[in-house]
Amino acid sequence: MVHKFDVVIVGAGGAGLRAALEASESANVAVISKLYPVRSHTGAAQGGIGAALGNHEQDRWEWHMYDTVKGSDYLGDQDAIEILCKEAVDAILEMEHFGLPFSRTEDGKIAQRQFGGHTSNYGGKAVRRACYSADRTGHMILHTLYEKCMERHVRFYNEFHVADVIIEDNVCRGVAALEIKTGEIHIFQAKAVLFATGGYGRAFKITSNAHAYTGDGMAIVFRRGIPLEDMEFVQFHPTGLWRLGILITEGARGEGGILRNKDGERFMERYAPSIKDLAPRDLVSRAIYDELQAGRGIDGKDYVHLDLTHLDPGQLEEKLPDVLFFARTYLAVDPLAEPIPVQPTCHYAMGGIPTNVDGQVVADFRNTPVDGLYAAGEVACVSVHGANRLGTNSLLDLVVFGRRAGNHMARFANSTDFARLPETPVQSLRERIRQIKESTGNENPLDIRTELRNNMMDLVSVYRSGETLTKMKDILTDLKDRYQNISIMDKGNIFNTDVLDAIELGYLLDFSSAIVDSALAREESRGAHFRDDFQNRDDENWLKHTLAYLRDDGTVELDYKPVSITQFEPKERKY
Amino acid sequence: MDVTFKIKRFNPETDDAEHWESYPLEVDPKDRVLDSLLKIKRTLDGTLTFRYSCAHGVCGSDGMMINGINQLACQVLNQDLKSDTIKIEPMKGYTVLKDLVVDFDPFFESLEKVKPYLINDELPPSRERLQSIEERARFDDTTKCILCGICTTSCPSFWANGQYLGPAAIVNAHRFIFDSRDRGAQERLEILNDRDGVWRCHTIFNCTDACPREINVTQAIAEVKNAITFHKV
Repeated sequence: MVHKFDVVIVGAGGAGLRAALEASESANVAVISKLYPVRSHTGAAQGGIGAALGNHEQDRWEWHMYDTVKGSDYLGDQDAIEILCKEAVDAILEMEHFGLPFSRTEDGKIAQRQFGGHTSNYGGKAVRRACYSADRTGHMILHTLYEKCMERHVRFYNEFHVADVIIEDNVCRGVAALEIKTGEIHIFQAKAVLFATGGYGRAFKITSNAHAYTGDGMAIVFRRGIPLEDMEFVQFHPTGLWRLGILITEGARGEGGILRNKDGERFMERYAPSIKDLAPRDLVSRAIYDELQAGRGIDGKDYVHLDLTHLDPGQLEEKLPDVLFFARTYLAVDPLAEPIPVQPTCHYAMGGIPTNVDGQVVADFRNTPVDGLYAAGEVACVSVHGANRLGTNSLLDLVVFGRRAGNHMARFANSTDFARLPETPVQSLRERIRQIKESTGNENPLDIRTELRNNMMDLVSVYRSGETLTKMKDILTDLKDRYQNISIMDKGNIFNTDVLDAIELGYLLDFSSAIVDSALAREESRGAHFRDDFQNRDDENWLKHTLAYLRDDGTVELDYKPVSITQFEPKERKY
Repeated sequence: MDVTFKIKRFNPETDDAEHWESYPLEVDPKDRVLDSLLKIKRTLDGTLTFRYSCAHGVCGSDGMMINGINQLACQVLNQDLKSDTIKIEPMKGYTVLKDLVVDFDPFFESLEKVKPYLINDELPPSRERLQSIEERARFDDTTKCILCGICTTSCPSFWANGQYLGPAAIVNAHRFIFDSRDRGAQERLEILNDRDGVWRCHTIFNCTDACPREINVTQAIAEVKNAITFHKV
């Protein structure tokens, strides 16, 4: 079946829904999601969304910009970061006007809390910049945007699994999707297509990310010749619940929580003397790994403690109710009475599909746009996060660049005609699904998935080296070979999640190659990418973005492009 | 620990009727029921079908009936069930599409009927609309809803009559009716003041008992009933 829309949005999280609202003001829009929209992972974000509202104390967007640039270890593009921080204030107020139920200050304004790396006056004391709704900020953003889309009667295709993008002659013409309920393949022809499919944490053993976070959008465009930018930068959030990886918001430290090792020592005082527990995530995650390495994990195990016991119980119940609930439910730990066992958890992809500040996908080092192809949110790399994202900037990224992409798509769609579809637009997808169903190989997809996730965690996480990355590269080659010999049990058409799992496993393997090859080439340490064998930042050789291309023979080819530096010259990053 | 999972199965492509299948499994007591289901799917029977995503009780995908009670499979640990047999069935009241997957479209259609979005045509101020901490607290409980459908599919009144809007829709109407910034209370109350609106609720409390977000659903419904009866929000 062929559907025709001016604008097709793939993914119904914060970026997709914000774009849908914007684009639907003047264009005919469809949103396609492999889930129901409110299941999207934006809903799991907890602590806050950053904007220099200054509701508690003086703040300025320029300070927010400085913090973001410094947090990115100077790899973020400063022209884009300026837009992010400047438009933040308006974007947040607009969310409030849409109905978002923010927590409030005594005088009825949007409440704000401290977060990692947010300072006043260019690196001074911690500032309250994270606008929040208890520890459910992402949930409120997701629901508010979905509600507005309902009011606007935006057309949704729920539980449609987009599995291919149709690009010819540098023009995007639509996407192909599997209707999960029937197994039927649909073509969505469009003038503009937005990928807003989120990240890829499920490539790692310990992750805060949903099962649905399998890097679909990245892998789909990667296979069609679009590069992936800065994939070596993978954020590990310092405080995931031990063994499970479930997020414990940085807002817990923003409210006064303290990290302690087995001696009860507040070890962050040694690593970031000035802002301590509120240092950016890359630093804190490395500090935790160092403590574990030095034998100062709790009970000799691979976790440390997040201590909230000194904080007012009433305030905790009010400001961090979900965090308390998670610790109680999953670890039988009551954070009011005892510290929470935490370990770094794979949390966020700084890299992704390269875009300009209007969400247009740019496919080479000259930033040449692909007509009609857009990306926004975690799947995209604008780049506003550079080598390390600051907490609260991901939710902000969704609404600021979702809005900009939606706006640009509508204008583009209104100024152009539908491009012709190729004669057999879904043949390769049909073939891929047939192969997966008919293959009788002796490999179990679970084994491949498990080996991938365990090894990515061991070899490509907080610390890497030429040795670990080379090893992972070899493992990936082997896993990809074995992937050709999988077999699955469900051969049916209706709600065949066995097939979907196998398709997603193929994505995990492909974009993992981009992560590993990009990381192996980058012989320096910057932000979340730390090489044991190259421990310093090397601006002379590496102040540049990586572009990874998938070649027809399955190998990855790398190219580079310059970083936009407008206001803040790179300097040593200290906290 | 060794557990036998008894799961109600139905595949419309091959089965005439629902039937039970048993899967003996060694599980970690601290694992989630969802982890066990994934283990069954990925090692014993790839055809077993269920929805899931976030795996920690915030996305609302994996509601199902576990040992007779609607729960999120990712929010229940194997040990919580205190039983060596774990019985799993789809939530009641919606058409089963396959195994534990039910057709959720009617759920979202009911939701949409109550206009669950901020209605306010006034020109917004240049900054945020002000709202006191007390005004914000008035509807805090119902902002927590994740639309998992557990309350609605726990409700005997809904089982008896699928036209009933159901507790989830009323909870989401409540979230706006009692929001000081909203101006749409009257239109929503008129929609809810209907045989298939709040008056089908007979305060059975199943919804409140089952809500994985611990929302006091019955109280929210009572507040909406009061607002209708006394014309006062």
